[in-house]
Amino acid sequence: MATENSDYIILVQDINKTYGTGFQALKNINLEIKRGEIFALLGPNGAGKTTLISIICGIVKATSGIIIADGFNTVRDYRAARAIIGLVPQELHTDSFESVWATVKFSRGLFGKAPNSAYLEKVLRDLSLWDRRDMKIKELSGGMKRRLLIAKALAHEPKILFLDEPSAGVDVELRHDMWRMVRDLRAQGATIILTTHYIEEAEDMADRIGVISNGELIIVEDKEVLMRKLGKKQLTLTLRQPLGSIPAGLSAWPLALTEDGQSLVYSFDTQKEETGIAELLRTLSDHSIEFKDLRSSESSLEDIFVSLVHQPKENAS
Amino acid sequence: MNIHGIRAIYHFEMARTFRTLWESIAAPVLTTSLYFIVFGKAIGSRMGEIDSVSYGAFIIPGLVMLNLLNESISNASFGIYMPRWAGTIYELLSAPVSWVEVVMGYVGAAATKSVILGILILCTARVFVPYEIVHPGWMVGFLLLTAITFSLFGFIIGLWADNFQKLQVVPMLIVTPLTFLGGAFYSIKMLPPLWQKITLFNPVAYLISGFRWSFYGVADVNVVMSIGMTFGFLTICLIFVWRVFKSGYKIRN
Ligand SMILES: Nc1ncnc2c1ncn2[C@@H]1O[C@H](COP(=O)(O)OP(=O)(O)OP(=O)(O)O)[C@@H](O)[C@H]1O
Ligand SMILES: [Mg+2]
Repeated sequence: MATENSDYIILVQDINKTYGTGFQALKNINLEIKRGEIFALLGPNGAGKTTLISIICGIVKATSGIIIADGFNTVRDYRAARAIIGLVPQELHTDSFESVWATVKFSRGLFGKAPNSAYLEKVLRDLSLWDRRDMKIKELSGGMKRRLLIAKALAHEPKILFLDEPSAGVDVELRHDMWRMVRDLRAQGATIILTTHYIEEAEDMADRIGVISNGELIIVEDKEVLMRKLGKKQLTLTLRQPLGSIPAGLSAWPLALTEDGQSLVYSFDTQKEETGIAELLRTLSDHSIEFKDLRSSESSLEDIFVSLVHQPKENAS
Repeated sequence: MNIHGIRAIYHFEMARTFRTLWESIAAPVLTTSLYFIVFGKAIGSRMGEIDSVSYGAFIIPGLVMLNLLNESISNASFGIYMPRWAGTIYELLSAPVSWVEVVMGYVGAAATKSVILGILILCTARVFVPYEIVHPGWMVGFLLLTAITFSLFGFIIGLWADNFQKLQVVPMLIVTPLTFLGGAFYSIKMLPPLWQKITLFNPVAYLISGFRWSFYGVADVNVVMSIGMTFGFLTICLIFVWRVFKSGYKIRN
């Protein structure tokens, strides 16, 4: 079965999930993942990120809706669909007494692939686990276990890789290794979907970003577009003389005074043609407000994210 | 059919067994030896023959069955309970394996282990009592069939249990009593008529009787009945596992 639109490797259609407890973890999720992209799924704790990933991977049953992975229905054609998906779970679920080597071999076999020691060796080397291949899993540190889970997920050469909070409890070095590896995988044509709480990471890595909150997908957008669309720039003016309050004549401007009265902060929309800066400066000089320094900054994805999650409706529309 | 997947599960389970090889072998061999010393030599020497088989030899099939049932259940239930408990089951659930393949891997490994154990007990018994096997083909058949059936039963228990106690409850409270009362150490014909009738409701009695028939050519119940009962129980277990996987019960929440 071929995909209708082969630009998309995953199609999530009208997915709902209500757990046995009666709690609705996902509300009518529709999402398309493009072939070969790095997609970051953001959202606060309990938003439903893991639930969505678990449904795509076949670990949790959806209450309703369908998912197509590379043209295969993940329920009806589960064999074909699952064979091309790899998952690194959020929790460090590992065996204890097996060796590193035995466990990656197991993963490869379980996913229906013929043994290939050369490939597995490469995976372990890429993750700096080759020297530890004969160690028992319980002898590995937490970060090493995380690497091992990645190795297991890659053991069957998946086209789609899910990384559920891969950087939780991982040091800077491993994080860099991991991101380099993710980029390499993408360069080889794999699609990567990751969740993270480190927004710099999403900003750094992702091509597109989806934000999920309370089981609803609030927004899905190209990273750049998202930042442009919702990004606000701020101009901070450090004053020569502190002000007690914003003069009445300036009340029409979106200005804020810092608590110490030393700086004025002007917010403007990057999308507008006119930033209004020139006029503001003129107005300030009319009011004899002098400044000694001025600096502009762009809001980060984190600011965008926080504002999205707190007022979903307003910002998404 | 995901053959590589079945093999991966089977090897994983067998490796687990071989890691604890000594514990797995030593305990049953030791207890069997004790049984033979106590029942075979000490008490058995004072007992008459049953169906013209010496008491020591008479209890061999029962003893093998006792171990076979317990080992099959505990191996298979532990095998599938562990990944549920440790959380590693996520990998199994996200893998392109069908329930048939999962069952073949886990139950196959558990059954293999208990068959090896059964043979080991037969060898141990040989040290204490001389015996012959009249129908060796049937003996192997019963051994395999029982091992598979009860491994399947154990697998179901492993899916059902949500703590370690529950894993042990069924073998201890149900299977062991049924084995003892099913004529592992006596002939059903030695019981009063009413108890003979009651025993006919005990499925394990059919297994033991059939297995003993393959050794000595004598049976408490018709051999065909024994074979029928074993297959019947196997079928029930299969249907049950099938339903469990269809509904995703307790696995895919
Ligand atoms: N098995 C379950 N039974 C009942 N409720 C569940 C179950 N698993 C998750 N939930 C609930 O569903 C919601 C979403 O959980 P999920 O794990 O998908 O969140 P998440 O976005 O991955 O959060 P985190 O960032 O903390 O990992 C939570 O409120 C959680 O309590
Ligand atoms: Mg999560």
